Amino acid sequence: MTRWLPRAYLALVYLALYIPIAVLVVFSFNDGRTGYRWGGFTWRWYEALFTNDAMMQALWNSLWLAVSAATLSTLIGALTALALHRYRFRGKKALKGMLFVVMMSPEIVLAISLLSLFLLVGVQLGYFSLLLAHVTFCLPFVVITVMARLSGFDESLPEAARDLGASDFTMTRTVLLPVIMPALLAGWLLGFTLSLDDVVVSTFVSGPGYEILPLRIYSMVRVGLKPEVNALGSLLLVFSLLMLVLSQWILMRSKR
Amino acid sequence: MLRGLRQPFRTGVLLLVWTWLLALVLAPNLLVIGASFLTRDPGTFLSLPVTLENYRNLLDPLYLEVFLHSLYMASITTLVCLLIGYPFAWALSRVAKDRQLLLIFLLIVPFWTNSLVRTYALKLLMATNGLINTGLMELGLIDGPLRMLYTEGAVIVGLVYLLLPFMILPLYSVFDDLRRELLMASHDLGAGRFRTFIHVVIPLTLPGVLAGVMLVLLPAMGLFFVPDILGGSRNLLVGNVIKNQFLDARNWPFGAAAAIMLTLAMALLLFTHRLSQRRLGEEGDV
Repeated sequence: MTRWLPRAYLALVYLALYIPIAVLVVFSFNDGRTGYRWGGFTWRWYEALFTNDAMMQALWNSLWLAVSAATLSTLIGALTALALHRYRFRGKKALKGMLFVVMMSPEIVLAISLLSLFLLVGVQLGYFSLLLAHVTFCLPFVVITVMARLSGFDESLPEAARDLGASDFTMTRTVLLPVIMPALLAGWLLGFTLSLDDVVVSTFVSGPGYEILPLRIYSMVRVGLKPEVNALGSLLLVFSLLMLVLSQWILMRSKR
Repeated sequence: MLRGLRQPFRTGVLLLVWTWLLALVLAPNLLVIGASFLTRDPGTFLSLPVTLENYRNLLDPLYLEVFLHSLYMASITTLVCLLIGYPFAWALSRVAKDRQLLLIFLLIVPFWTNSLVRTYALKLLMATNGLINTGLMELGLIDGPLRMLYTEGAVIVGLVYLLLPFMILPLYSVFDDLRRELLMASHDLGAGRFRTFIHVVIPLTLPGVLAGVMLVLLPAMGLFFVPDILGGSRNLLVGNVIKNQFLDARNWPFGAAAAIMLTLAMALLLFTHRLSQRRLGEEGDV
């Protein structure tokens, strides 16, 4: 079999995946007025973005939500992973099952189930409802990341710590925490990105008082083509890419 | 003394985790199941009596048509992903190991970037005054713009674009495990390339195919923003129906019934997947 054919095929698929993204970024600098012809380089769409107060408010709301959701889900997710790894308790399978359900069920099902809960219990739709929802869908990813790290962990270390008289809490803080730190960072970054990019769940559980970026983009792109969206989309792409590179770098470095 | 110090930490952790999952995973899911058997109420969203009406309404020709069309588009999406992804995963597994990491990284980058933005990027390409039409007209290949946006094809392209990595990754993992000695053994026993492919490669990669199908087929029916951006009002997905029932028509019971059908379909696929894995396992570790 020829060697170049598979490679050419790989290259072709990668091109198809990346061309739309590249076009988006290139055209965010396009000064053309009509259609999608190149009309010279400009920063003006980025300027329009940064001087748009509602847009900046949505950006800050999104970032704050992503930071708080990532932090909370990392905390709860890490504790869940520790519990699953170390403790024997009744219903362990059920616990794993529920995390699996969150990961596998279609996003839209999670979205409507949370919306029903919030409205029936009386949780006002806004920052708090978004936070609860985002933490919930980030949780399984953090748990998996931390569990993977724990599974390669030398069991004799916590035993030794305990033999030396350390309490469970002290042992966790001084022995386990340093070991799982890279997984915590990677999990946090993953949660941050998932939260920042979520459209489906947020569409359902957000309220008029707390507008976030993906929903603002959604309402803009349904109508037509908007150059500001090119600029905003490009910024988000660059941002997500940085996050991804950072998290992979942390994980790779910790493996050495 | 030591145990006394240990217990509060353990109790606290377990309490927190259980509370969260019971309140925000189990309870809401039970709520949706319950809602699907109740009656619509404009004021309180839900009311008695208990009824099967919502499930019967799913069979209403109007909705049935939407569901079947949605299933059709999702199936074509899955098939296209499989046709592109299968050879792709094979080719990827043959690349030198150190380069594979980079290539896989490049594959998951899109998964991390905003799917809404990427769908919008496709719109830039496919619009009437978009890049493809402008380019083709400038080259003189077509006289007027082609109508690409707001078609069934546009929705399928959008879904394939968003979901392809989910097909490729499980396929890649089975191809990566596929031992080359097996292919050589098949060759030595006199099988040609075609027979080796049918009798060795396909059965061994089947779990990956099923996993990929699972990760593409059902999400493809839920991504309501793809038809919203690319498909117009005639190419709706089940996701659009659920969203309309919950956010616009305020008919929770019916929306819940539609969501449960989607979940049941997922469960069925998972079950098939488990079953096939067990069967493959029983056939002996090759």
